[in-house]
Amino acid sequence: MSTVILLTLTGLGLAALYFLIASGLSLVFGLAGVLNFAHGLFLSIGAYATWWAAPRWGLAVAVPLGIAAGAATGALVEVVLIRPLYKRPTEQVLVTVGLSLAGVALLQSVWGADPRTYPRPAWASEVTTIGSAQVPDDRFLLIGTAVVVLLALLAFLHKTRYGLIIRAGVENRDMVSALGIDVRRAFTLVFTIGGALAGTAGVLGGMYFGSVSPGQGASLLIFAFIVVVIGGLGSVTGSAVAAVVVGLLQQFVNYYGTAGAGDVSVVVLLALVLLLRPSGLARTAATA
Amino acid sequence: MKRFVPLLVLVALLALPYSTLPVPGLFEGTLNSPGTLQMLAICLVFGGLALGYDLLFGRAGLLSFGHALYIAAGAYGTDILVSHAHWPLWAAVAATVPAVAVLAALLGAVALRTTGIAFAMVTLAFAQVGWIVVNRDPGGLTGGEEGLPLDSAGLPAALVGVANTVNLYWVALAFLLLVVVVVHGIDRAPLGRVLTGLRDDERRVSVLGLSAYRLKLGTFVLAGALAALGGAVHALIVGGASPHLASADLTLSLIVMAVLGGAGTRWGAVVGGVVYAYLDQRLTQIGGGLPGPLGQPLFILGTLFVLAVYFAPGGLTGVLKRRGRLA
Repeated sequence: MSTVILLTLTGLGLAALYFLIASGLSLVFGLAGVLNFAHGLFLSIGAYATWWAAPRWGLAVAVPLGIAAGAATGALVEVVLIRPLYKRPTEQVLVTVGLSLAGVALLQSVWGADPRTYPRPAWASEVTTIGSAQVPDDRFLLIGTAVVVLLALLAFLHKTRYGLIIRAGVENRDMVSALGIDVRRAFTLVFTIGGALAGTAGVLGGMYFGSVSPGQGASLLIFAFIVVVIGGLGSVTGSAVAAVVVGLLQQFVNYYGTAGAGDVSVVVLLALVLLLRPSGLARTAATA
Repeated sequence: MKRFVPLLVLVALLALPYSTLPVPGLFEGTLNSPGTLQMLAICLVFGGLALGYDLLFGRAGLLSFGHALYIAAGAYGTDILVSHAHWPLWAAVAATVPAVAVLAALLGAVALRTTGIAFAMVTLAFAQVGWIVVNRDPGGLTGGEEGLPLDSAGLPAALVGVANTVNLYWVALAFLLLVVVVVHGIDRAPLGRVLTGLRDDERRVSVLGLSAYRLKLGTFVLAGALAALGGAVHALIVGGASPHLASADLTLSLIVMAVLGGAGTRWGAVVGGVVYAYLDQRLTQIGGGLPGPLGQPLFILGTLFVLAVYFAPGGLTGVLKRRGRLA
């Protein structure tokens, strides 16, 4: 029983990471139509910013700084690189591909390819006993953050004017433009939000894995892509549900099956979803 | 005159191993030194791999993010049969390539149910499984992160040893020529025009009574088989298979090669593949001497690529063509 509790909470912790990455990807794709390979770079930049700042100014400053660094990178990439290419979707993907290659190499040249030990608050290293299971506290940090982010995102999308524009844009971008609303401002906004969420995921991922390396973003990104497709492109709740399913499936199969079987089973799930329900779990890709 | 350029390049490539010319700056050592020949052989293999990928990407318009899977399958399949099962090389290749084609048919049959970005993600996910399997080293077969060195006992004597590097060069050149013949053959055949049609307007092709799905699947399988053969040749040249071949980064670099050279053009992908592989190896050689991020080949290549997307949309061949028209 204790194994099941531990696996569940660890799986949910992983799901929290996937959700933080996938929700940003999903919004960016849903609204702006950009498949963002540089999303992993936003994550790594956020993670490294916090890693760099923590010994200097402490975590209370470093964590917001990491999130802000992710957001700033997202906004900068949108304004400088993506915006000139809005009529050419393939080129947009290509630019983000080039950016992810160059960015990871840049991080590598500054901080080296080896993993660096990541700072974390002291209480996150302790364990809490639930039933008979000893659960590390960093799982709760991840899950708690993801739940807060999910609620905040939903509130933003459903209660604010910009949220309305984003939801409408995901559904029908041309119609929103035709009504005289500048959708491109919303593009910058979703890139910034996506960058901030990726930066958060980078910081939390560093604490969860205990280390940070330049390639970390890219390896998480692939599972985030899978979560986005399973959840339905453009749907935040879809991403949340898919992240939980993927995280739990991966943890349980990896534990009870052979090593690596969990990762493979996630891909099998993806294939099944695509065959049975090609538009993803959310079916309509616009219900945010 | 322009028609003879590929022919002249071919003659130069054929004459190259007999030249003792030193080319300072571009290569270390003379042209026919084993180091230079191996480097050139890798360039030629990547020229072929990039053109094979361009059959999907530039011609049929299929943005596959999982091409590395078939290259790795070819390399590891051949390597495992030679090094673990002690098959002769030709038999290992002859068994691996059709097996990979079957794999491509099975996975392609699923992936091609989707289109566009979803197709890209599904192929990426499938290839990721390959990467995971290779790294987990199931049953000691793949050698995990270390890769699997090719057991030279199973190779013909003419392909073993530093003195025989020139023969590896011939193998690489033969592979490139084969891919060029196949892909250019398709370009000239009605099939080539149908593939372009699929890229530009799939519905139109379907209206004409052709099965878009079957055509795309056939192309996917053919590209997979060419990739497998290229993977086997690559394993032969570098003396083994490494997990890097299965990584998503390899597929990304194939895309970079195709776009850098000029996707969908006759020679673009070949030029892109050769130039990319050359820069990647050469920058690694001299990288230690350069300051900061310039020491990272991928930083330079990634930046070049982003610049090319903005300022040279037709790639290198596009730039040359425009230059030619202006002159």
